[in-house]
Amino acid sequence: MRDRTVRTRPAAALALLTAAAAVLGGGGPSGAAPATGQAARQATAPQAVQQEQQEQAEPCDIYTSVPPSTQDGPAVKAIKAKRSLVIGVDQNSYRWGARNPNTGQIEGFDIDLARAIGAAVIGDPDKVVLKPVATADRVDAIKGGRVDLIVRTMTINCDRMKDVAFSKPYFNISQRVLVPKASTAKGIDDAIKDRTVCAAKGSTASTVLAAKNTARQVVTVENHLDCLVLMQLGKIDATMTDDGLAASQAAQDQTVRVVDGEVQPEVIGVAMLKTSPDLTARVNQVLADYYAGGAWRLSYEHWLKPYMLNEADHYWPVPH
Amino acid sequence: MPAPRPPAARPAPRGLRGRLARATRTAPGRLRLAGAVLAVLTVAFGGLTAWQLETRAQAAERVVSYSQPLSQAAADIHRSLADADTTAATGFLLAGAEPKGVRDRYEQDLAKAAKLIADAAARTTATSPAQGSLTRLNQQLPVYSGLVESARADNRQGIPLGGAYLRYASEQMQTVLLPAAAELSATENGELANDYAAAKSVPWAAYGLAVITLGALLWVQLTLFRRTNRVFNPGLLGATAAVLAGGLWLTVTGLTASAALKQSDREGATPLRALNTARVDVLTARLAENLNFVARGSTGKYADQWTKATDHLSGDAPKDAPADRQAGSLPEALRLAPPQARSAVDDARAQYGVWYDRHGAARKLEIDAADYQGALDATVTATDAPTTADSAFNATDQALAQAAVVEQQRFQAAAKDVDTDLRAAAGAAAVLGLVAAAAALRGLGRRLAEYR
Repeated sequence: MRDRTVRTRPAAALALLTAAAAVLGGGGPSGAAPATGQAARQATAPQAVQQEQQEQAEPCDIYTSVPPSTQDGPAVKAIKAKRSLVIGVDQNSYRWGARNPNTGQIEGFDIDLARAIGAAVIGDPDKVVLKPVATADRVDAIKGGRVDLIVRTMTINCDRMKDVAFSKPYFNISQRVLVPKASTAKGIDDAIKDRTVCAAKGSTASTVLAAKNTARQVVTVENHLDCLVLMQLGKIDATMTDDGLAASQAAQDQTVRVVDGEVQPEVIGVAMLKTSPDLTARVNQVLADYYAGGAWRLSYEHWLKPYMLNEADHYWPVPH
Repeated sequence: MPAPRPPAARPAPRGLRGRLARATRTAPGRLRLAGAVLAVLTVAFGGLTAWQLETRAQAAERVVSYSQPLSQAAADIHRSLADADTTAATGFLLAGAEPKGVRDRYEQDLAKAAKLIADAAARTTATSPAQGSLTRLNQQLPVYSGLVESARADNRQGIPLGGAYLRYASEQMQTVLLPAAAELSATENGELANDYAAAKSVPWAAYGLAVITLGALLWVQLTLFRRTNRVFNPGLLGATAAVLAGGLWLTVTGLTASAALKQSDREGATPLRALNTARVDVLTARLAENLNFVARGSTGKYADQWTKATDHLSGDAPKDAPADRQAGSLPEALRLAPPQARSAVDDARAQYGVWYDRHGAARKLEIDAADYQGALDATVTATDAPTTADSAFNATDQALAQAAVVEQQRFQAAAKDVDTDLRAAAGAAAVLGLVAAAAALRGLGRRLAEYR
């Protein structure tokens, strides 16, 4: 019975996706600049350049994953047998996955998705074990079998695709720059040229800053939030980080703003073992349902909308 | 005084040598000269001994009331700051549920550090190398507490930025404040070592002069005995007795003072230094444990820091190895502890073992079972449950504090009267020197009178 209803959803989801893609391809409402496909190429020149660079650097297709399915393969059966699904999450990214110190619960956009996956795969959201995983430890946690899945703003790229399997992407992300509200910077280049700019160690942002090489000084820190501390203390002029984390910083400090423009568009997805395609297919099914059923949008509106620059549609990845 | 002579017979007497030659040509002249030499020697003996003992008394006084307290104050500054940092992290983890006791402890730590810094600054001269460390401590302490308050405010609003602030504050503590405190400690320990050395140094010059004076007295008496066949000259005998008494007093006081200072060093100052190191290591380990939870699994840095701190604390030797074979600051503190403090340090070691095991269990919960909240609850709770890692840490810390009190008492008991003893001996030596001079002059005066 349950399977039947689920199986009818992909069609609906596909229809919706196509419709959304059509709208987006047409330029999007309210003049927003979607980061994907054609639309991004129509955007400002530096962005287009970035987009092309990225495409050259990515010989693989980050939008490719196994087709959605509700079949229980060996991996899904094993998870059902042990009656628990261990999902690696973040507990430091405000509004994405963060521990609320007053309730002790981890909450956020990624956590909603993790629980939805858990509920769909083993039928009980309480059987989901949320396990905090460090950024640098994500791939090892999967390969070592310490977690079944990673839902933790994990960027899909070709390097990582060699090590782990990704679901279809569930969010568009790009690099943004935060400045104090008092700053007069108009765009990204303006905001970082000859300034002291902060980025997290090993992040995409630090790579982008190194490639641009226009900042006076790049300060790298352990965690992106350390940049906000330094900005509040007046030790840096700007911070580059992805829009999810930029949103989370803006949410924590009313006196900083995200400047217009974005670079290095990427997508994020759910990661898991390469040897369990049935689990990947199952997660893809959940993602399709999650989006089609409106839960993705609801979660976006609850956690992220107040702090993001664009409407929800801008962030749902559409293959090009 | 000399009889006039024809200048042609002899060249005119010139200078001291000539006068001496003329003076010693007659028996009364020689007696007068002997009297003058003996008077000068005995007075010089008294004066030199008094002066040498007085400088040692001053050094001993500096040890007791200046350099040892300052060295301990520097260690207390270091420990209070480390404790403040650790306690701030504990309070942070408990957020809204932070008990009053934790808040109070943090505030007391800061108040104590600030007071000790002010005291130390008041007692330090402008040219002392300690001045630089004290200035840095003075400047950075308010900056640190500001950062902690930002962290606390953010945390109470439930935003993760608080954690970043706390880690930043802790970084400032560990890279600026604690090194300054360690530098201050090193400077003060150096001063203490200098004062100890000055107080314990042997007054060789006084001993030497005592021997020379006694020798001179004996020689004069022997010569008189040969010339006059009188066995005893009461005045010279009295002078000899006075110099002997002075020399004896000097020897006894010198030896007892040195022994007392050595004891104060062995049972007080040295074990205290080892204990202070262990206490700071304990706090560093506890801080790493806390920060690991503050960082919420975003970095493995603090787990490494815990391993490093505990290695420094208890060595990486197997836990069942005999205590005296183990490396690390805690076994070292136990080895150096005086018998009176040993049970407290041993207790600390046992509590540390409990803490270490509880930490391991909590870590297992956090990593293997992914139970962050469970691990946090096993580490620190608002209700002060006796089964947490935090309570075992507190027991360790308290046992070490108890040992520190005992060792400070041992130091005081051993060293407190040394300077008054040395000063009494100095006074006695001065008086005895004068007495000896007077007696010698009187004794020779009797002989001289026989020539009139």
